[in-house]
Amino acid sequence: MKYKLHINERVHEVEAPADMPLLWVLRDELGLVGTKFGCGAGLCGACTVHVNGAAQRSCQTPVGSLRNARITTIEHIGETPVGARLQEAWLKVDVMQCGYCQAGQIMSAAALLGHTPRPSLDQINSAMAGNVCRCACYNRIQTAIQMAAGMQEDPSHVA
Amino acid sequence: MLPEAINRRTLLKTSLLAGGGLALEVFIPLPVRALAANGAAADAAPAPATLSVFVSIAPDGIVTIVSKNPEIGQGIKTSLPMMIADELDCEWSQVRIDQADADAKRYGPQVAGGSTATPTNWLPMRQAGAAARAMLVQAAAAQWNVSADEITTSKGRIYHATSGRSSSYGEVASKAAVLAAPDVSSLRLKNPEQFTIIGQSVVGIDSPKIVKGKPIFGIDTRLPGMLYAVYEVAPAQGGRLVSAGVEAARKSPGVRHVIPLTGNGDADQGLADGVAVLATNWWLANQARKRLAVKWDLAAAQGHTSEAYQEKAEAAFVAGIGEELRRDGDPTEHMANAARRIKARYQYPFIAHAPMEPQNCTAVYEGGKLEIWAPTQAPGGGLTMIQKSLGIGTDNITLHLTRMGGGFGRRLMNDFMVQAAAIAKAVPGTPIKLLWSREDDMRRDYYRPGGWHDFEAGIDANGKLSVFTDHFVTFQGSDGKAARAADMNLSMIPAGLVQHLRYGRSMLPTVVRTGPLRAPGSNALCFASQSFLDEVAVAAGTDLPALMLSMLEGERREIAPRDGRGPPFDTGRARDVIQKVLQTSDWPRKPQQAGRAKGFAFYFCHQGYFAEVVEASVTGATIAVHKVWVAGDVGSQIVNPMGAENQVKGAIIDGLAQALAGQEIGFVDGVVQQSNLHDFQLARIQSTPQIEIAWVKSDKPPTGLGEPALPPVIPALSNAIFVATGTRVRSLPVRLKSA
Repeated sequence: MKYKLHINERVHEVEAPADMPLLWVLRDELGLVGTKFGCGAGLCGACTVHVNGAAQRSCQTPVGSLRNARITTIEHIGETPVGARLQEAWLKVDVMQCGYCQAGQIMSAAALLGHTPRPSLDQINSAMAGNVCRCACYNRIQTAIQMAAGMQEDPSHVA
Repeated sequence: MLPEAINRRTLLKTSLLAGGGLALEVFIPLPVRALAANGAAADAAPAPATLSVFVSIAPDGIVTIVSKNPEIGQGIKTSLPMMIADELDCEWSQVRIDQADADAKRYGPQVAGGSTATPTNWLPMRQAGAAARAMLVQAAAAQWNVSADEITTSKGRIYHATSGRSSSYGEVASKAAVLAAPDVSSLRLKNPEQFTIIGQSVVGIDSPKIVKGKPIFGIDTRLPGMLYAVYEVAPAQGGRLVSAGVEAARKSPGVRHVIPLTGNGDADQGLADGVAVLATNWWLANQARKRLAVKWDLAAAQGHTSEAYQEKAEAAFVAGIGEELRRDGDPTEHMANAARRIKARYQYPFIAHAPMEPQNCTAVYEGGKLEIWAPTQAPGGGLTMIQKSLGIGTDNITLHLTRMGGGFGRRLMNDFMVQAAAIAKAVPGTPIKLLWSREDDMRRDYYRPGGWHDFEAGIDANGKLSVFTDHFVTFQGSDGKAARAADMNLSMIPAGLVQHLRYGRSMLPTVVRTGPLRAPGSNALCFASQSFLDEVAVAAGTDLPALMLSMLEGERREIAPRDGRGPPFDTGRARDVIQKVLQTSDWPRKPQQAGRAKGFAFYFCHQGYFAEVVEASVTGATIAVHKVWVAGDVGSQIVNPMGAENQVKGAIIDGLAQALAGQEIGFVDGVVQQSNLHDFQLARIQSTPQIEIAWVKSDKPPTGLGEPALPPVIPALSNAIFVATGTRVRSLPVRLKSA
């Protein structure tokens, strides 16, 4: 099947079976490899993208379900004010160790701040519960989201 | 750094950088001990005892440093160049970092394992920076016709105060390149108070790329015309291919090749039998794989079942110690005469590494040459494996090191690399990217081996621990030795601290592949031994920190390791971290709420000393960890505090997940029973405790941090659970019965 996909403010044409997950269209057909493969079962959140502004696991999203949908990936999230603030905060506290899951973390965080601009710690934990960080940088993920939300000043050094 | 390396001959080689500027190569002899300091090195290709450092300074002042070690998230790609840049006395913003390819002849050992990179490189890296600085100073001195002694440097500039002249490094770099290299023994290194970069919190060198989703991981490798590969192997460990029905898979959408491959019969260190499916898209390849009809011979793994292992371990306890490994004093007599005897059995399961990036490797084979892009912690070991399994000489292999989405020891083993090479060799001229599914990754690991301990301790009439014995039941590899990462540590605490002691071992044969997991050996031995010592302390009417401190009493002393491997144990450093954590955690203050308590543990491994206190509460069968206090001594200097803190917090949460997330790999006739992150769970954000870290800075050179913070948190937790509930946790993962 041929599909026209609206990804990162551009239209991409791809040919793929309807049941091919968006993840593999992004990575292998379009070369947008910022979106990561972690589990293939919707358990880890590494493949999180935005579909019409909502966080979605691209490994569980068949390409055939995406007609007319607006898709945003990590490569483009920095073009949005929330995404840019998150990326800046992520660097300020240097959230990451290996960094592999961070694209998915930032995409989930951006969706959270999109609908809840000043989340409580419980709201952060609940929105981020589906994103595994095997290196366990969770303290800093919480801090970075609060910073991006303007709820915490630069912690200068995270304790 | 190990001191014997310093006096051996260090060589410098300089040249003019293409386009002008200084290129400096420093060759530093390494002590043999640094090469064999960990289990990983044993599997790596034999490396020459020389380490090289490359630094160049371009006319525009840009300093380029080649980072030789693999980066798995431990931060080494940032911290080693920090050491060079500080002694070079430039600004961190001037520094660019290139990742080296694998080249043991050139770089010496390139291993991310055993927390060895910091201690091994601490002096050589600084010497390299100091050498480059000395040459720039010398060039400026010649140009200005002044004495080099009158020249100072700061932030990448050279100053002559008397004449008021100054120059940037870039301006003199070309002139420095034609000078003779300095004598290394003449180099003056900075005093710690002069450091401008070391000890500062520096953001990871790849972090700006990571937050933007730039392609830097192994899995992101893309080559023109590349095909995507999956590799189906036997469901049970060591299974052999009998026949492969490939027609249906071959006709699947996008599929280009289906290739049965016969391995070399060594599923541990060679190529496993399997069937490769190559397609234009990984998902298409993985779909087609479901249509394979493969017959396997699984006889080798018959009977290798978790319950059978358990029964055999219990039988081994009844039969008694198979082999005595260490005996101090007369444990038999003193146990018989002890005023009080304490006995308990401990056990822990096989567990998986589950790094976030599933194993993958990209390769192309053409005209007898192989080019590889691999996320590997031990590139040398991969090259050896390919040579052995496929007959491609290492001189004909180019191996590019990519950033890794976590390692935890899994990527010290290179089975994925030999598979990618074999597949590439079968389709010459076509680049292929092999990627494992999460299920492949979970079921084809080199697992942290399970183990069982039968402990006994004797307390004398004065209430002192006088005798300690451990019968360790572990696994045996096909070579008759203890399986990889399954051996006893003969220096396991309290060895050396108690007068009468016996460590013995019995081994169960296994076909399961085992391997090092973050703090190998220690991650399990510490749980068992520190939990049991807590029982001993309670029986003696004291608590574990007091028992530990009583054993460490007296003059500060160094206890040499029994098997000659690894560094000595320093009783003073141990005492200092224990006292520190008692203070930061306000140990004497006990939580007042019912079901809430603190627990303590200490351990020494990978040259690091860590004492930890966990405060946890238990409600029914549910355990919540509220706070963890950590006191650690990894030497005189924390290189990058931001990175160091992240390593410690990650290790703490990793250890807690091993205990609390139900992590356990089970086998039925060699078939792994877990498959993905629903039945092998990792830590998640909502269970993150507060973690408070205190560094104890000692008089020793800095050592690594990837591992030593992990082990104590598990027994600190189990000891807290005991105080909270009265129930001893003697088996991992923790499973409490509802009250």
